[in-house]
Amino acid sequence: MAMAAIWTAMVVTSVVCGLATGNGQAVSGAALEGAAAAVELCLSMAGVLCLWMGVMEIMKRSGLSALLSRLLAPLLGKLYPSFAGDRKVMDCVSANVSANLLGLGNAATPLGLQAAREMSRRSPGVASDELCMLVVCNTASIQLIPTTVAGVRMAAGCGTPFDILPAVWLASLLSVTVGIAAAKLMARIWRG
Amino acid sequence: MFVTMLVPFILGGVALLGMARGVDVYSALLAGAEEGLGVLIRIVPALVGLLTAVYMLRASGALELAAQALAPVLSALGIPPETVALLLVRPVSGSAALGVGAELISTYGPDSLVGRTAAVMLGSTETTFYTVAVYFGAAGIVKTRYAIPAALCADLAGFIGAAWAVRVIFYGG
Repeated sequence: MAMAAIWTAMVVTSVVCGLATGNGQAVSGAALEGAAAAVELCLSMAGVLCLWMGVMEIMKRSGLSALLSRLLAPLLGKLYPSFAGDRKVMDCVSANVSANLLGLGNAATPLGLQAAREMSRRSPGVASDELCMLVVCNTASIQLIPTTVAGVRMAAGCGTPFDILPAVWLASLLSVTVGIAAAKLMARIWRG
Repeated sequence: MFVTMLVPFILGGVALLGMARGVDVYSALLAGAEEGLGVLIRIVPALVGLLTAVYMLRASGALELAAQALAPVLSALGIPPETVALLLVRPVSGSAALGVGAELISTYGPDSLVGRTAAVMLGSTETTFYTVAVYFGAAGIVKTRYAIPAALCADLAGFIGAAWAVRVIFYGG
């Protein structure tokens, strides 16, 4: 229901603000534009998504993902306790975490999606505590080398575009820590 | 060099390792890629819903109004108020956030307090609503429970952390 409330709030706010600021015409154009942009976005990520899902399949069949899983088990077992013994889920989560750490956001998403699908089998339609944790960790993902932002800084005439790295790491670490803490806390108090 | 070649290295490494283990690497790749198409189909509806609302919100001028209202709150949290538009757009749209951030960086200069803070914010947070929509869309989740509030807590911590880290590292507190 959360998405329903957020979606309705976004649409109603847009209509009211659009009328109040005289942007009504722009809002109606934007609605159709957004729907079209969604399909374009899906098409543009289709190739990368399929490629990394294919790579994940090779990693599974060759035992590489099981190896990654074993390496990350001490950490991930604590974050996802009820899936600790579930090879299918933990292999995908481990690959997702590895891709995030390497800064391969494009690869991390397909791997994470597969993990989410495996997790949802136990509780169809409802986000379990582990699935919430997976989503939170991915919304706060640690990016070791933010290349896009460095590119923007360079374009603006910056000689040392990567001097922000320590600050990015600090902020990411804080964000992930708070996200995990919030998820763990809310898991205890959330009803339903 | 290593960083720019990371993807080809991974592809080559995984393929070699698979061959060494006697795996039919190519048919595994195709099987996985086919599964990717199935995932993609399930994401499309979620993204159509989300992006329609996001585009409407951007066009309506609501974000600018909210930015004006929020600026004093940000100052109190130690976040430069100039970044307020970036903060509002960041969880909703990655490309819009990059646009707003690039604008801030070129207006104030890449080595200014505002420019650096904007860059660190962009680098240390994700497009939360997009991520939530895509993950829950792919997994067929209807009840999202506390995932969104928890993710927004992480975003807020990232923004405050970005402003704080830039102050401490570049301006000695």
